[in-house]
Amino acid sequence: MDNKMPSIPKRIGAIKFGLISPREIRKMSVTAVITADTYDDDGYPIDMGLMDLKLGVIDPGLKCKTCSSRAGECPGHFGHIELVAPVIHVGFNKMIRKTLRAICPKCSRLAIAPARKAEYLEQLAKLKEMGHLPDSVISEVFKEAAKAKTCPYCHDADGNSTRKTEIKFEKPVEYIEDGEKLTPTEIRDRFENIPDEDVRVFGMDPENARPEWVVLTVLPVPPVTVRPSITLESGQRSEDDLTHKLVDIIRINQRFQENREAGAPQLIIEDLWELLQYHVTTFFDNEVSGVPPARHRSGRPLKTLSQRLKGKEGRFRGSLSGKRVNFSARTVVSPDPNLSINEVGVPLQIAKHMTIPVKVIGRNLELMRMYVNRGRANHPGANYVIREDGRRIKVTDQNHEELAEKIESGWTVERQLIDGDIVLFNRQPSLHKMSIMAHQIKVLPNKTFRLNPCVCPPYNADFDGDEMNMHVLQTEESRAEAKILMQVQENILSPRFGGPIIGGIHDHISGMFLLTRNENFISKNGALELLRKADIRELPEPAGHNNDGEPYWNGKQIFSQILPKGLDLEFPAKVCFQCETCKKGECENDAYVVIKNGELLKGTIDENGIGAFKGLILDKVVKEYGTTIGAKFIDDVTRLAIRGVMRTGLSFGIADEDVPKEAKIEITDVLVKAEEEVHELIKAYGAKELEALPGRTLAETIEMLIMQKLGKARDSTGRIAGDHLGLENSAVIMAKSGARGSMLNLTQMAACVGQQAVRGERIKRGYSQRTLTHFKKGDLAADAHGFVKASYKSGLNPTEYFFHAIGGREGLVDTAVRTSQSGYLQRRLVNALQDLEVQYDGSVRETRGVVVQFKYGEDGIDSTKSDYSKPEAVHRIVRSVTGKEVN
Amino acid sequence: MRKISLLDHNSVPKHEIIQVDDIKSLLEKYQIEKGQLPKLKESDPVAKELEAAVGDIVKITRISQTADESLYYRLVIE
Repeated sequence: MDNKMPSIPKRIGAIKFGLISPREIRKMSVTAVITADTYDDDGYPIDMGLMDLKLGVIDPGLKCKTCSSRAGECPGHFGHIELVAPVIHVGFNKMIRKTLRAICPKCSRLAIAPARKAEYLEQLAKLKEMGHLPDSVISEVFKEAAKAKTCPYCHDADGNSTRKTEIKFEKPVEYIEDGEKLTPTEIRDRFENIPDEDVRVFGMDPENARPEWVVLTVLPVPPVTVRPSITLESGQRSEDDLTHKLVDIIRINQRFQENREAGAPQLIIEDLWELLQYHVTTFFDNEVSGVPPARHRSGRPLKTLSQRLKGKEGRFRGSLSGKRVNFSARTVVSPDPNLSINEVGVPLQIAKHMTIPVKVIGRNLELMRMYVNRGRANHPGANYVIREDGRRIKVTDQNHEELAEKIESGWTVERQLIDGDIVLFNRQPSLHKMSIMAHQIKVLPNKTFRLNPCVCPPYNADFDGDEMNMHVLQTEESRAEAKILMQVQENILSPRFGGPIIGGIHDHISGMFLLTRNENFISKNGALELLRKADIRELPEPAGHNNDGEPYWNGKQIFSQILPKGLDLEFPAKVCFQCETCKKGECENDAYVVIKNGELLKGTIDENGIGAFKGLILDKVVKEYGTTIGAKFIDDVTRLAIRGVMRTGLSFGIADEDVPKEAKIEITDVLVKAEEEVHELIKAYGAKELEALPGRTLAETIEMLIMQKLGKARDSTGRIAGDHLGLENSAVIMAKSGARGSMLNLTQMAACVGQQAVRGERIKRGYSQRTLTHFKKGDLAADAHGFVKASYKSGLNPTEYFFHAIGGREGLVDTAVRTSQSGYLQRRLVNALQDLEVQYDGSVRETRGVVVQFKYGEDGIDSTKSDYSKPEAVHRIVRSVTGKEVN
Repeated sequence: MRKISLLDHNSVPKHEIIQVDDIKSLLEKYQIEKGQLPKLKESDPVAKELEAAVGDIVKITRISQTADESLYYRLVIE
């Protein structure tokens, strides 16, 4: 590349689409192609063959006969094949059908009265002026013209108007009129006779698209550069699929001509014509329904023009919209809680392969020399150097010392990645902006990318084999931009709900819960161990002394050490029992968090404190102290939480689902009672004593009542189990703190799985009037319709197991369907909204400057900067400024 | 039959045609041409009721959940 200023690009004024005319095809053609052969025995392209040198060159060493450029420079030139008889272009078969039906078979005029034509033309002009699509009017034109039984313009010898006969269309390219097949020649003749003013009523512009041009008389031959042949290792040439197809076309074309000249019988001529039509059809599109696809000798269907463009891997979606990049790496991700949320652990092997170009200047000369001198095998080394003249030199084991000597200002060194470099990190599907964030590198041994588990939620990553991509930024500007806008800490708050999307998960939450809930007696050693990595210089006053006179601290004090000074916050924790009246600070469940001046006075820290999505402390810290302190807080909290959970230990085993005997009896009692109640209901129903609920039939009413009863029964068994297991049980701890799982999960494991449902109703399908042959016909009882009395721990009986499988299957199908549907829905939505932008004046506009919203979101508020616009926010500000309480 | 005004309906926000002077200041405020405003069809029931002509600009005052009132402007088109 030279350093000349790039020339001013041309502006595209308009794009016009039309049909290509035979004249134009011949005009742009550099040669007619008449031989089906490609190369002669010496491997030299044959004149007027498919590889004619006039069509462009692909072999190095040869010169193009048209533009005299060499391979690589010559863009290629079109040729043409004169078709012996016209054939239909498949891509236009629907348009041909519509047009044939709309015109008079004799005079070819559009079968609409002149006045109506003028009206339609006026409508079309108006639509065009307004910038709207003319489709609706045009389809009306065709509909009206097709309806006409006679031609309004011409008559036969007796003075009767010409009758328009119905034209049958047989896929893909046959048109049948009165039982006779219309030949392409006939169709072309009819189209030729359509007057220009009628063509305009079709919505076509006769200058750029005459209808007869959809019947091909001459076929353009794409340049060789479009269909390059490849030379195999064996020296044999392998031609492109398009070339193969063109060979077929030329062969048949020749045979057709020979036969016709020899005066062959009509039958043979027709067969050949059909064959020519087939080859031209498959040349354009090899996936037309009703046409057997043309195949390669190996049996593989040929990839012809349409197949090159269509679909996910086609030219548009695959080659033009899709981009492939250099300087990227991909591997499996695994967790490392010791990294900061801003970091990413990069395998040494990857760090050695990927480079960052650094311009050598006086001030970094020695450093760059050191990198080059280390070569590419010695980790912080260099892989390439670029001389001042732009020559790239590979750093090898042989030349690294020599190159290091030569380096001077003005050279560029492509040095390997080192700790602290900024890279982009991404996990597909990239559904929101947090799917690509900037991280700082930490070069680590082993072969996986390491990331802090706190950044799993924004990427939606887990470590069951997920792979992620890394992109190394190549310019100083991009690195600066990435650091300011895309670094993880800048994305802690999600604009979706204005809260933290990065925060504690799983063990972080249960760890914090265990640490701050109980009256932990933490010795000095314990306290120091917990706070080891948190940059704490001094421990606070101990909470007390034990019998031996040793000081001890409690978990709330330990947690307070990592809170920023001056933080004031009050909120109910996740464990909140939702009492009628909240006693706030005096909560006997320790479920109301009170933080004053950076000290946790009351309450338990759980999901509502530090969890991703819900962590109110995270939210407040980031909003009030900034992202850097916010990121540090997350790092400290999660490290403390991990040490906290390790202090007590948190494990779960099958024995944790055991409930005491009394509880079991209670649970059975509840279930038996519920079943009895259901029986009562059924009896009442049978005796027609039941009263229907408004808007429901009797049958629906009893179903509802039974469902309600059984649902309540399941809930109360869950409560019994939960009460007996208590907060010492690790599953209860996880559920109540919001770390993982719910009380429902626990209920199903320990007490009762409950009603299985299909489409929100009890299971009804199966045999006539019953679900399974184990039950009586018409039995409405709980167990006969999928109520599972057992718990997962106790084990399901065969019928229960079967019903459970039915319910489970529905869940599986639902998720599969939902994800695909919502994914497509989201894609369409994003497509429609992707260019909208918030302007400096607060309005939302699209690319033409058309206003969509006069104020972003009606209120102009950036959700990540707002404090949820609640009155409490004002109270807090007043309190922090005046020190006085307001209400 | 009693004639009912659409504009009296609870769910229909306040619509009013703005004065020519206000049009100028509006376009100046947002630095836009008339054509860059959102559109309202002349055949829209509300536009009919206001007897808005093509080229008029209708100011819509909506009650917003987040901001008490939000203003919106639409250009009346054919």
